[in-house]
Order: sequence, then structure tokens, then C-alpha cells
Amino acid sequence: MNDVILYTIITLGGIGAISAVILYFVAQKFKVFEDPRIDEVEEALPSANCGGCGYPGCRNFAEACVKTDDLSTLFCPVGGNDTMGAVASVLGMTVDAKEPQVAVLLCNGSSANRKRTSEFDSAANCTIAANTYGGDTDCTHGCLGLGECVDACGFDAMYMDKETGLPVVIEDACTACGACVEACPKDLFQLRNKGKKSKRIYVSCMNTDKGAPAKKACDVACIGCSKCFKECKYDAITMANNKAYIDYNACVLCRACVSVCPTGAIHEINFPLRKAKPAKKEGEATTKPVTKAEPKVNLVEKAKEATPKAEPKKEEAPKADEKKENNNEDKSSNNE
Amino acid sequence: MLKTFPVGGVHPPENKFSKGKKIETLPLPKTVTIPTGQHIGAPTKVVVKRGDEVKVGQLIAQAGGFVSANIHSSVSGKVKKIDEVFDSSGYRRTSIIIDVAGDEWMETIDRSDELKKDITLSKEEIVKKVSEMGIVGLGGATFPSHVKLSIPDGKKAEHLVINAVECEPYLTADHQLMMEKGEEIMVGISVLMKATGVNKAIIGIENNKPDAIEHLTKLSNNYNGIEVVALKVQYPQGGEKQLIKAVLNREVPSGGLPLDVGCVVQNVGTAFAVYEAVQKNKPLFERVVSVTGKSVKQPSNFMVRVGTSTDVLIEAAGGLPEDTGKVVSGGPMMGKALSRTDVPITKGSSGVLIFKEEESKREKINPCIRCAKCVTVCPMGLEPYLLMTVTEKQNYEKVEEERALDCIECGSCSYTCPATRPLLDYIRLGKAEVGKIIRQRNQK
Repeated sequence: MNDVILYTIITLGGIGAISAVILYFVAQKFKVFEDPRIDEVEEALPSANCGGCGYPGCRNFAEACVKTDDLSTLFCPVGGNDTMGAVASVLGMTVDAKEPQVAVLLCNGSSANRKRTSEFDSAANCTIAANTYGGDTDCTHGCLGLGECVDACGFDAMYMDKETGLPVVIEDACTACGACVEACPKDLFQLRNKGKKSKRIYVSCMNTDKGAPAKKACDVACIGCSKCFKECKYDAITMANNKAYIDYNACVLCRACVSVCPTGAIHEINFPLRKAKPAKKEGEATTKPVTKAEPKVNLVEKAKEATPKAEPKKEEAPKADEKKENNNEDKSSNNE
Repeated sequence: MLKTFPVGGVHPPENKFSKGKKIETLPLPKTVTIPTGQHIGAPTKVVVKRGDEVKVGQLIAQAGGFVSANIHSSVSGKVKKIDEVFDSSGYRRTSIIIDVAGDEWMETIDRSDELKKDITLSKEEIVKKVSEMGIVGLGGATFPSHVKLSIPDGKKAEHLVINAVECEPYLTADHQLMMEKGEEIMVGISVLMKATGVNKAIIGIENNKPDAIEHLTKLSNNYNGIEVVALKVQYPQGGEKQLIKAVLNREVPSGGLPLDVGCVVQNVGTAFAVYEAVQKNKPLFERVVSVTGKSVKQPSNFMVRVGTSTDVLIEAAGGLPEDTGKVVSGGPMMGKALSRTDVPITKGSSGVLIFKEEESKREKINPCIRCAKCVTVCPMGLEPYLLMTVTEKQNYEKVEEERALDCIECGSCSYTCPATRPLLDYIRLGKAEVGKIIRQRNQK
């Protein structure tokens, strides 16, 4: 009996030893050299594998970082400047800090602002709806409300607001990975600079129809009236395709455009509540529309004022910006 | 035994309420809205401007390429404006809006009822004429007809297959056209035969239209090379691949065209339009539209000018019933629900269907029970449940591998699914995404 155990141990041990030797030589022969810095860089990355950097995962991004001579074209939106600093120090390079960004919804066509004219009776999928028709309201550019962006968000930074029917971006959770930008078939998301103290001003509409049909379809549509364009002293606003675009790099957050907008399509986020007097003055020329559209924004602000600052600032529904502006701005920020 | 295609297919209730109803010509509407894109292919170029006086049959938008079709005014009057207006796609599209004044036709159009049997034009002249007159496939796909008639070098057509199947339930436009304009259709088919250089034409008609089969068979005795074939009632026999398989037992290869098996397929309505274009010089600006449904007071077949609002048709058929849940443009299987009823009738509108609230709603989506009914009914031999799943998972390589592009979007799978899964909705999405991927690949 003892013999059997002994032979077994010897045989298996022998096979093991021989295999080990073979494996050692094979491993030497087929060794693939891998830059050890890739592992180090990967360590520094958030391991979210979200694809926000444009690479399939963190490992691929790390490889790209190690290969490149210039880190300025690479950016991990999730980790932000801290992560990129860590990556740069691993690689012995320097990297300029980038303005942190956040996803912004470019539509404010909530159920209160846009009248529903039909009902979509098919699979609850935004792309299917967009391929089928213009949408359940007369605005063919706005949010379809079926939540493909929320499904795409890998950071739980979004939810559908049942009351408005629009997605909401949770500012503090948003990593600006761009998954929602990719997912939305109507191209309603834009990554915008967070701005000073997270203050932002943007046109919350993507409707490129002429003024009359746009206004008819949605109370808060940008009608391309150019009032904000004329008001802006900093050349931050451009007009194209029957709508206004605000360049967040040029915008100084003076809010002059917000007051003149007759439909309330321009949104201000995270600003303190406006003092009553100047608002009234500006409002006189366009009393009705402004009061019609503004309550939403004010409510948001009020809610914010009321909540202690430590609480996560929820960006309420009115997060919308223009798309083309996006493109322009994206380009300009890339150039920087 | 009657011929049919061997793979898949369904037989939904026929519900042909407007059967046998004479084609009525609608009174002229006050305004028409003519979309500038009514066909598959390149967009057209508008050649009129605001304030222009136009006559019936005048060219108002020119084809923007080879695969494109001219658009002619369907009324006489003044161009009110050229604007972006909702059409049946549910999007705003450039359209020409004309205020109707009188009914003055272009002098070139022969308005007499006299049958012109002699084909004087040559092969090339016919194709040119068909292209000039803006003829598109009237079965619903609206593919420019002259493209199908221009046979590329190295290919040869042996058979002309005329699609008179009208396999969609409810619709009766083609059926009624055959009964009333049989002679004209026969001449139209002869014209098409000359254009494609074939000496054999087969008209496929489903067996639920015995009067049309009898009528056309009688007429075909006077015309050389035209044969009528009765087919078993099976949806989607009107798909060109299914029809060729049914009448000739030839199989169009995956990704191929009917011409690969020596066939050219044209709809019977197109044959009539070709007759009018070539023999009477009349552009395509009106067509037969069935307005029907269980709750419709007077289901009818109307001869409608292109650009007439769908509202006008519904009104003429007795008005919109109160319990209406959906209005569908086209047939119940392949047609599309309209998001509004003020959209214009186009060259491709074969019917306006009105469904009651209770019969229109889609049911709750349940999990797939793997019964494979969708596989059984798919006339293209695909696996719809699989295509839907891989599309949901966004695995578009697999979608392409599973031949999603072969799908003819007949809707048999969604119709038959006991779990009421939106199979076709997802397959369409998959097809669109795969199409995008292929286009990107070709660009590289």
C-alpha cells in the first residue's frame, strides 16, 4: 500500500518537474516583452472601462499613453486631471490641466412644455423611435423620453424624471465619459465645461426648424430670434440653423442673454437667485414668454438655495444645449 | 395545386371591405402639398419658385441623379410656398404647396379615354419616357421604374413578372384597377416587355381575386406572350423574391437582384402608370388609394391626386370614426402608422387604414418562449428571435452574419409571435446599424 503512494508521488512529481522545465524554456522562447509602465499606468487609471477616452478599456488606454510622446491628446474623463497627473508622473511627462466637463441635456421639452400629438406604440427604444418617426410631439428634434441615455450611463449619473419625461444628469456623478452623447439618436447631449463654481449657461434646445413651427411645437424652443446674439458683448453667441449657440469658452457668465430670451430657451445653472428688479426690467419687453418659461429655472434655483451646499447638486431637467455648438466647442477645446 | 412560395408565410384575415367598390375620382382639393422626396434614391431638385403658375403634369422637381424620379404637379394653380412640412415619415420634409385654381392640364397630355394599343416608341425611348414621367414602383417601395428597366450590359432578362398579388390584407386598389383598367394594363405590360426585351410576361394573381384572374386571362388571349398565373393566398407573396419563386420556381440569391435569375418584377399599378406615361404622355401624379377599415362607414377606392391631404380621403370615406386608435398608411402588415392625418398622399401610398382603438394597440412584450414560430413563418429563412436578441445586445457583426440585410420587413414574425415581441422593430434597427457599418467599411 505504501509503495503505491510512493510511486504515485514520484511519478506525478517527476511529470511535474519535467513539465516545469519544458514550460520554462517555452516561456523563454515565446516571451513577449511588455513595457512594465503599462501596468503602472493602468494602476493609476480608474478601471471603469467605460470607453470615455475613446479606447475600448483602461488597459488599451494605458498602452496608448505609454506609446505616445504627447499626452495632451489623451484624456481620461472619469479620472480627470488628478489621474492624468498621476499617469504623467509615471511616464515622466507633464500634462496641462483640462477644464472638467459634464454632460448637458439639450432639450427642455418636458411634458408641460411640449404637447404630445401622438403615441409611440412599439419597443421602448429611442433609436427605434427615431428611425420610425419624428417623435410623439411636433418637435422632431427633441427628447423622445425612452431613456436610452440612462441605460448607456455606466456611472448611475442619470435618471428619467417621470414628471417631465426627460433624463436628468446628476452633476456630481457624471464623469463626462460621453456614453450618453453616443447613445442619444437625437444628439441631445453635449459635454460642456463645468465652469466656475459649476455655473453654466447654454441654449437648451436643438430645434433647427424656423421660429414659428418651433414655437408652436414647444413653449421653450429656441426660435432663432437673435436677441441673445445682439445682447452678447463677448461674441460668445453664434446664430446658425435657426438657433443660437453659446461658446462656453467665450462666455463670461454675465447672464445678459438669459434675460432677453423670449422663450426661456437659454438656461442658467447653479446661479444664485436673481434679484427681482433687474429681471423685471429686462422682462418688460417680452413679459409673457419670459414668465412662462422662467419658472422652471427659478424652481431649480430655489431648490438649490434651499438645500445645503454639501448635498449633491442635482441638475434638473432643463439641461439642454445645442449640438452644433458642441461640435464647435469640442473642436476649440481640443485645439487648446 | 396552386403555386406559392415554399418557405414561411402567413395568412392573416383578408378583411377586404373595399372589394368591388368602383374607383371614385375625388373632387380637387383646395391645396396640395407635394413632398419633394417620394421615391427611394437621390433627392430631387425643386424647379419652381413661390408664386409660379403651374399646370397639371408640369415638372416641379427634377430627379437628382439616375436613381431618382421627377415629380410633377398634380393640380393647376399657384405655388403658395416651398416649406418644410410633415409627411408620412413623421418628419418635416421639403414640400411644394400649391393653391388649386381650375384644372388646366399640360397640352401634351392625351386626356381621351381611347385605348392606344400601338407601341410606336423604341426600347430606349420607352425607358426615357418612363424616367421623364417620374414613374416609380407603386407597390409601396417606390423604387424608380426606369432603373429596373435599364438592363445593365452582360445581363439578360427572360421574364417580366407582374405583381398583381396584392397580398396585404385590406387593400383592394390593385384589384379594382385590374377590373376597371384591364386593357390599359395589358398594353402597359406590352410596353414593359418591349422596354426590357422579353417576350414572356407572367401576371401573378392570388386566388382570392377569381374575377380578376378570369378578366385578365380573357384579355391576355389578345396579347402575345402574356400569361396569368393563379397563386395560393399566402402573405408575403408580393415580395419580389417570393413572387419569382412562386411563379417560376427560381431563387434569387442572398443579396442579389431578380435580374440575377433573369427576371424583372413590376407592380400591376406600375404597369398602368407606364401605359399612361408612354401611350398618353401623362406623368405620374395620381394613383388609386383604398380607404378602408372595420369602422369606416364607406370603404372606398379613390383615384387621388398626389399631395392631397389624408384628411380629405378619410372625410370622403365617411369621416374618422370616433373610436379610432390608429391610422395606417399602406397595408396592415408593412404599412406605417401616421402620427398625424394631415400628411399628403404620395406616389407610394396604396391605402389608408383606420383601426379601432381596441384592435390597434400592441400587447405587452413577454419573454421569448423559444417556440420558433417566427422561424417557421419567415419567408427569407431567417431567425427573427435571434436577430432581435443580437440587435438588443448591439452585436452588429453577428446581426450581419445572420443575414439581417436579407430581411424584407414583411412583419410575419411580429404578426405570429405569441409573446408579442417587437421582432421586426429590432430587426429594422439591426438592419439600419449594419447598413451604417457597411457604408463606413466601403468608404475606407
